[in-house]
Amino acid sequence: MTEEIIIAGFGGQGVLSMGKILAYSGIMQNQEVSWMPSYGPEMRGGTANVTVVLSDERISSPVINSYDTAIILNQQSMDKFVDTVKPGGLLIYDPNGITHHPERKDINIYTIEASEEAGKQGLMKTFNMIVLGGFLKLKPLIQPEFIHKGLEKSLPARHHKLIPENEKAIEVGKELIKAVQLV
Amino acid sequence: MKELRLMKGNEAVAEAAIRAGCDGYFGYPITPQSEVMEYLMYQEPHKTTGMVVLQAESEVAAINMVYGGASCGKRVMTSSSSPGISLKQEGISYIAGAELPCLIVNVVRGGPGLGTIQPAQSDYFQSTKGGGHGDYRLLVLAPASVQEMADFAGLGFELAFKYRNPVLILSDGVIGQMMEKVELQPHQPRFTKEEIKANTPWATYGKTDDRGRNIITSLDLDSHKQEKHVTHLAEKYQAMEENEVRYEEFQTEDAEYLIVAYGSSARISQKAVDIARAKGIKVGLLRPITLFPFPKKPLAKLATQVKGILSVEMSLGQMVEDVKLAVECKIKVEHFGRYGGIIPTPDEVVAALEQKIIGG
Repeated sequence: MTEEIIIAGFGGQGVLSMGKILAYSGIMQNQEVSWMPSYGPEMRGGTANVTVVLSDERISSPVINSYDTAIILNQQSMDKFVDTVKPGGLLIYDPNGITHHPERKDINIYTIEASEEAGKQGLMKTFNMIVLGGFLKLKPLIQPEFIHKGLEKSLPARHHKLIPENEKAIEVGKELIKAVQLV
Repeated sequence: MKELRLMKGNEAVAEAAIRAGCDGYFGYPITPQSEVMEYLMYQEPHKTTGMVVLQAESEVAAINMVYGGASCGKRVMTSSSSPGISLKQEGISYIAGAELPCLIVNVVRGGPGLGTIQPAQSDYFQSTKGGGHGDYRLLVLAPASVQEMADFAGLGFELAFKYRNPVLILSDGVIGQMMEKVELQPHQPRFTKEEIKANTPWATYGKTDDRGRNIITSLDLDSHKQEKHVTHLAEKYQAMEENEVRYEEFQTEDAEYLIVAYGSSARISQKAVDIARAKGIKVGLLRPITLFPFPKKPLAKLATQVKGILSVEMSLGQMVEDVKLAVECKIKVEHFGRYGGIIPTPDEVVAALEQKIIGG
């Protein structure tokens, strides 16, 4: 199994840390992982993205041009990455702020109203974990016990008291994800 | 139990340096390698191993601090990215001339000039042919993973002391910025004063009664002595060529075509090999791990087996010259690269292989 994922959105949405938690959880589950961020001018301009690869085998390239899954959190990222999803692949997006919805007919499309739900529940800081929960519902690649360990490893010790809140957000995300188009 | 961590390449080389018994790091921040010093400062190794971590006032100051520390027989290092490494070249030439061991890390970004902060491999000439003046060589290690960023810190110090020569880790923004799983080596103590006296008797650790003064210099106004000195350096470089060539082959056994690539380009090319093989193209990959000494012999051997070679590098084509020399232009050798901070995709590498080597 190899899963190649792009997570993209605004800086501050927790895109890079979502990727890091996913990657660290992968290590805890004894998988090979890579995490390749955008660190350049695009990031300084307000958008951020990260490529995460999870695999049972040694990972060749951390730089990928087509993805099994794209998790899209703003319009710029939708424009940039919608065509990079492999045919039959998965696109998850938060429709909040999306003006131009994906038109591709050859991929599976889901929405997750994560920012709306995070606002309602006062969980803005765990917005990214709601999104991660949606992804894990569709692709349960990492078992919850290893996500727990991944959170422990990714978060500094002083924030470990927030782990239950993060895990709750993941569960919220699992309920929230909605199919738009299945192929 | 193995200690596994998810780390950036920049963090891994820093942590590994502490564990390799490094005595001092002297640097100046620049993207995309600032995490090296940031990580070291955060770890505060002066409280544990006694290692000094110092932000110098400039790159020129940093390399000269390395010159000073290395003169004393200490394990010392610096890191920077391309424009900063250019600033250090005078010091590097002096350190090579004075035959001192040290570790230099270049996390390459696109140039020339200030260029861009995105990854590139356009410092190959500077690294392997001598970026500073004079007849000298660096021993150049090219990591292709975060694990190798960690492994090459210890190996780099070992080789630097073995040959009394600066060792360069030639990395790039991809390897520096990405995170992967790393298995860390156990801590190795810093050299004791007794060890420095025993292992590096040339070092300026303070004159003792049983010997004359140790003088560290790269200056000799007597040309005959200078020629003898440079001949001695040449013998060292020859010994490196005989003993230190490192490389990795991937799917070369039945290969009809070959890709040569190092560092992050080798990772991208490995995926390109998988894609091409799925299309029925028998292609393999040779990844130089040492860029100087360059793996000439294994390349010459593969040149008798394959029909053509594609050299893939994030530059206008620098390593391709060494590939052509290694195969003595007996078979077709072409270059493919993206540059200026653009990373090639595996599909682009396959397309270049089809157009320039197979179809061309």
